[in-house]
Amino acid sequence: MIVELGHFALILAFAVALAQAVIPLVGAHKGWRDWMVVANPMATTQFLLVAFSYAALTYAFLVSDFSVKLVVDNSHTLKPLIYKISGVWGNHEGSLLLWVLTLSLFGACAAWFGGNLPASLQARVLAVQSAITAAFIAFTIFTSNPFTRLAFPPFDGTDLNPLLQDPGLAFHPPFLYLGYVGLSMAFSFAVAALIEGRVDAAWGRWVRPWTLAAWVFLTIGIATGSWWAYYELGWGGFWFWDPVENASLMPWLFAAALLHSAIVVEKRETLKSWTILLAILGFGFSLMGTFIVRSGLLTSVHAFAMDPERGVFILMILAAFMGGALTLFALRAPVLEAKGVFSTVSRESALVINNVLLAVSSFVIFIGTMWPLVAEMLFDRVLSVGPPFFNMAFTPFIVALAMVLPIGAMLPWKRGNLARTLRPLWGLAAFSVAMGAVTWALQTGNSPLVPVGLALGLWVFLGSCADIWARTGRGDLIARLGRLTRLPRADWGKYTAHVGMGMTVFAVAALVGWESEDIRVVQIGESFDKGGYTLTLTAVERVQGANFVSTMGTIEAHRDGRLITTLHPEKRFYPIAGMPTTEAAIDYKIHRDLYITLGDPQDNGGWAVRTYIKPFANWLWFGCFLMALGGIFSLSDRRYRVAAGAAREPRNTVPAE
Amino acid sequence: MTGLRAILAALALVLALPALALPALAVQPDEILDDPVMEQRARDISAGLRCLVCRNESIDESNADLARDMRLLVRERLVEGDSNTEVLDFIVERYGEYVLLRPTTDGVNIILWVAAPVLFLIALLISFIYLRNRDKAPEPSRGALSDSEEQRLKELLKD
Repeated sequence: MIVELGHFALILAFAVALAQAVIPLVGAHKGWRDWMVVANPMATTQFLLVAFSYAALTYAFLVSDFSVKLVVDNSHTLKPLIYKISGVWGNHEGSLLLWVLTLSLFGACAAWFGGNLPASLQARVLAVQSAITAAFIAFTIFTSNPFTRLAFPPFDGTDLNPLLQDPGLAFHPPFLYLGYVGLSMAFSFAVAALIEGRVDAAWGRWVRPWTLAAWVFLTIGIATGSWWAYYELGWGGFWFWDPVENASLMPWLFAAALLHSAIVVEKRETLKSWTILLAILGFGFSLMGTFIVRSGLLTSVHAFAMDPERGVFILMILAAFMGGALTLFALRAPVLEAKGVFSTVSRESALVINNVLLAVSSFVIFIGTMWPLVAEMLFDRVLSVGPPFFNMAFTPFIVALAMVLPIGAMLPWKRGNLARTLRPLWGLAAFSVAMGAVTWALQTGNSPLVPVGLALGLWVFLGSCADIWARTGRGDLIARLGRLTRLPRADWGKYTAHVGMGMTVFAVAALVGWESEDIRVVQIGESFDKGGYTLTLTAVERVQGANFVSTMGTIEAHRDGRLITTLHPEKRFYPIAGMPTTEAAIDYKIHRDLYITLGDPQDNGGWAVRTYIKPFANWLWFGCFLMALGGIFSLSDRRYRVAAGAAREPRNTVPAE
Repeated sequence: MTGLRAILAALALVLALPALALPALAVQPDEILDDPVMEQRARDISAGLRCLVCRNESIDESNADLARDMRLLVRERLVEGDSNTEVLDFIVERYGEYVLLRPTTDGVNIILWVAAPVLFLIALLISFIYLRNRDKAPEPSRGALSDSEEQRLKELLKD
């Protein structure tokens, strides 16, 4: 019964969404106030209906209602509770419902916290957002209904893909969706502004928190996915340039570009049409990502829903929204008059370079991802584009970005003097390069990867420190330190995110460049040396888990005769899903991870064991975390709270949560 | 155990489950060559070859049987004295261009390879022209906003 109610609520939400997509738009056009404001209660209603629908599906998973097809396919009575909840989105239909839920949540937030938007703009934003929601609800109901019942329910389910039964992956999709869908708000604001025919500083200020929130969520989503791949897939890879990973990286890069260019709109009222275009394309790439994952056009690890019919549907959504928005853009963009004048050497110009680098790098990924398809369809060549291409084509942009970042961050608005800005930075640059050179001299091997990564990371870090120190103005040390604590949160956000970026650059270089590996057969009781550790395989046992059987090894790591840690790498087998997984045992340390996986038993009674030393692996996740944290600091800056409706509601409400 | 593994691998493919899903212990201890330099060459080559029955995995990462066969083939050719290029040519001749994770630069693929620098140059050129024009543009007069809007803007911008 509850399941049917959930289904019905979704259909009702569809009706509300359709009405909400039309009525406020007409109201805003004709200037009928009551037709505009009706968007607010509609957005709330729509959200409540979708939330109820989603709760109903979750309920079906919780009580293991095996008359629902989706529950049968993705759950099992023995599955731990947390994976029953995460199982809701661990499949195509449920994840689509989560997508719809996030869409309507963002719409509702715009209604709840957007009280100080001009009435017509708010009405239009809500209408555009609702049109997107309506399209996705239609997609859910007509091609991917999660509430389908079975006439003959089985006794038990077939279990969730064991790889997805993992805390890292349980929370990876919701964050990613919050990010993808968060960009829909920027899109809605952009389209609404185009319909209004006006973009001003206030618009920039309204659109930036949404973009920031979307970017923060995307950062967390991508990082958790990458971390999951690192510990779960068994050889510590963290990025594979898989089409689906690319599908999340492209909107991330666009969101990063957008949140920088929105600053220019906000502070200087220029780069307007470019910012609008970025907002449209950013969401376009989000939709493209959905299309790639769910159409099966580019087969990849994540494609759990390969169905041409669904692919065509998403392609239609993509074409309608992108085609519509870009046409509108072509018609209206010339009207958006730029105001702020700035010189070629200025913060504005630096942010243009930032945008160029981010946008072009994103397009390069796009071309690389789509090229096999294009080559096959148009030129009859079946080929692959893999990591070697992406590493080569993408990396230069990140290197360039890291090189210009500290300079651009310190250039003054409007008119700058390059020599003056560079004066405090020369020493830092020289120091970074020197440290890179020292690293190059000390390391074994001639690969420039880590030295360059180190120099760049250090340069970005030191440059960010110089930047925030310069923000404290002049005066004696104590006064400046005092001012440091009173800087706006946005400044700290900028600092934290930039440091995080530097850290990530360094960590990727160190991890890729300095990783070392050892593969061997080990007898029980035998010891071997790796990376200064003496590792002993003391036992291999069978262990019964909740819904799996594990073959668990015990490996003791000694250094200079002292026990450092005992590790338990596992091979698990999930009998219901019929799938094995590898559980790597990892000893996390600040300068390295000791990463061990257990392989197959060998004919001579030994076990295959893989041991890796992964230098600075933790720095990678920490760098991503810092980037996200920087976004959160910026988001909590007073200005955005004011802009987002705190004027009406003096409590410190943060939008988009 | 290897039998079971083969069945599981086959099952995984039939069910269209992600091939990455299989526990990866790709390079088996018995495959490793005695000569560390040659082994490293084999690893480098393997990392650039696609496992044909997997989804987006190199043969170095995959534990599918076919990937193992290809790894052994690469090592065999190396032991027989082939250069890296000769090994790649041999594999491509046998399995087609599809195995190369790093696409060639011949024919239309040149579009793929020059896309990044060309796009970047175009973007730089456009933004340079734009920035030059901005530099020269006269400061437009205020007044695009009505008084009440100015008031509102001021309210928003003060902090």
